[in-house]
Amino acid sequence: MKYVDEFRDGELAKNIAANIACKADPQRVYRLMEFCGGHTHAISRYGLADLLPASVHLIHGPGCPVCVLPIGRVDQAIRLATEHGVILCTYADTLRVPASNNLTLMRAKAAGADVRMIYSTQDALKIAQAYPARQVVFLAIGFETTTPPTAVAIRQAQAAGLKNFSILCNHVLTPAAMHAILAVEGGVALDGFIGPAHVSTVIGSQPYEVFARDYAKPVVIAGFEPLDVMQAILMLIRQINEGRAEVENEFTRAVTRDGNIKAQALVAEVFELRDSFEWRGLGSVPHSALKLRKEFSEFDAELKFAAEYIAVPDHKACECAAILRGQKSPQQCKIFGTVCTPENPVGSCMVSSEGACAAHYSYGRFRETTR
Amino acid sequence: MSKPSYTRPLDMKNGRVEMSYGSGGRAMAQLIAELFAKAFDNPYLAQGNDGALLPSATGRLVMSTDSHVVSPLFFAGGDIGCLSVHGTINDVAMMGATPLYLSAAFILEEGFPLTDLKRIVVSMAQAAREAGVPIVTGDTKVVEQGKGDGVFITTTGVGVVRDGITLSGDLAQPGDKILLSGAIGDHGMAVLSQREGLSFDAPIISDTAALHGLVAAMLDSGACLRVLRDPTRGGLATTLNEIASQSGVGMLLQEAAIAVNQPVEAACEFLGLDPLYVANEGKLVAICAAEDAAHLLKVMRAHPLAADAAIIGEVREDAHGFVQMTTKLGGRRIVDWLAGEQLPRIC
Repeated sequence: MKYVDEFRDGELAKNIAANIACKADPQRVYRLMEFCGGHTHAISRYGLADLLPASVHLIHGPGCPVCVLPIGRVDQAIRLATEHGVILCTYADTLRVPASNNLTLMRAKAAGADVRMIYSTQDALKIAQAYPARQVVFLAIGFETTTPPTAVAIRQAQAAGLKNFSILCNHVLTPAAMHAILAVEGGVALDGFIGPAHVSTVIGSQPYEVFARDYAKPVVIAGFEPLDVMQAILMLIRQINEGRAEVENEFTRAVTRDGNIKAQALVAEVFELRDSFEWRGLGSVPHSALKLRKEFSEFDAELKFAAEYIAVPDHKACECAAILRGQKSPQQCKIFGTVCTPENPVGSCMVSSEGACAAHYSYGRFRETTR
Repeated sequence: MSKPSYTRPLDMKNGRVEMSYGSGGRAMAQLIAELFAKAFDNPYLAQGNDGALLPSATGRLVMSTDSHVVSPLFFAGGDIGCLSVHGTINDVAMMGATPLYLSAAFILEEGFPLTDLKRIVVSMAQAAREAGVPIVTGDTKVVEQGKGDGVFITTTGVGVVRDGITLSGDLAQPGDKILLSGAIGDHGMAVLSQREGLSFDAPIISDTAALHGLVAAMLDSGACLRVLRDPTRGGLATTLNEIASQSGVGMLLQEAAIAVNQPVEAACEFLGLDPLYVANEGKLVAICAAEDAAHLLKVMRAHPLAADAAIIGEVREDAHGFVQMTTKLGGRRIVDWLAGEQLPRIC
């Protein structure tokens, strides 16, 4: 397939792997965090660990939208569907995120709640138009990539005068999460970041410059194809070897320094920063998420239904928090692969194939048995 | 003098399924006579009894049943009618059997257009005729509007296995080769792209087909076949995991050997799906002794339904029963069971 096969070429991968092996100093360790779940998935799906020398350690980051969604947020959505009788629309994996009382949106649906899986915000608007007598709430989740489509939907809803459409806004910000990871005292030891792909098409490469400058961490923005990841690893190793900490862009076919200005303007018009937002794993992070501006408050489900956010602690045995911070690997969690599996996820990292636990379970768990 | 009896024929053009069509009365008899019996026409069905009286058969019997609830009912390359015939014929064939007879049970939703029902029934009849497997008995029920999804069809097939043939999911042995009859994911993506209104330069066409002819050629090849299975729901990945688990073995696949047609690959890419988990309705997986694999492959490729057959991997000893795959990039990964639900209803 054109524009895809080129980035999955086995021969090229061998070349880059040989290059990495040659550049990587076996005497040291390169601790590289891939921030995005998209990268985590590509690394696991293509078995990239087999192509890397032992000195390169990949640490999975928190960039998986459903993984960072705390229990309390899913509870809030379930309450809207069950207590307020709304049609609750959301993206696929969100349906399986564990909530309180052994519930998920999927189980709430089975118990009679009207929960619908949608592919885009446009589907949610269509449902609102098709059921004018019902309230329709879109559970909006995701990083900067999914925010512009939500902003478009809000503007369309306003233009169409839709009175039965609102969103439960859980849009979060990548740079804030990176700050949170680096700012933790005694936190994870990192030598560099594989920077987000799709997020960076929107926000550009400029927002990462602070991490290179203030934290001396090199960042290489990379596409989600396996060769992108390999190339980014090589670029990071070069920077680390040379003692540089810069933002480099491997994903030049889609990312510029300034990003998508039009999308940024749209998001700024519709959303503003929340003072603070609770993330699963990272806890409360200041200025790390978005809410609707006052002008659009009629579309804010939290206000419309007075839906309060009640924080709920994670399952005691679940290590999702440490895994999301990069402090533990999935296999270090006691319930990984036993109580917690993709069929019955206890923690959110086991839900989406972009989650560190699900990716390792589904693609890589043979490694423990062969070691 | 009494008038000659006359029944107005069913309005196949504008008529709709009514509750009375499932009531056992005259309306049902009329639907059976004018639609089902006419289309499926064969002497066993024509007996008109509660069951079909069939001649005695030689060999061990195989029986399999399959319910079909696909949505949409009509898709590129087929419809629920031919799918319900192919699906059950294939299940019987995967046992190494020659399929002989089919039954068909319909659950119709009140209000379903008769013109669509006729299209489905005609498609079933044609598929059964082409396969040489008659539909010898059937049943029709009607549910109230809103309690079905147009039409659900359950077919049951009976076949015979000749002596000396034993195929079973628990017979795979370390060292055996794994063969696949062609490109994967066509059916699932044909249905899904239609449902989602996705269109591609080259449309995706379901691979729905009856595989018993191919199976007969494979059995006649003399190759030491151990397992045959059609990778329908859950796709190739799920089928191989089932076999690995039944046989207590592991597998190692080569991603580069597994063909995926380009539009299917593109559609999967677009929707974030893995073709390994997408349903097929005209493909089979065969596991055979290593020494016979090349010969079997040749025989398969000579058949029009397996022209793109390939050896995709081998069975290995593995206490964990992992199905692993060497990726195109040269790394290794697990090809796991499908977790949760990848697709809405597709068969």
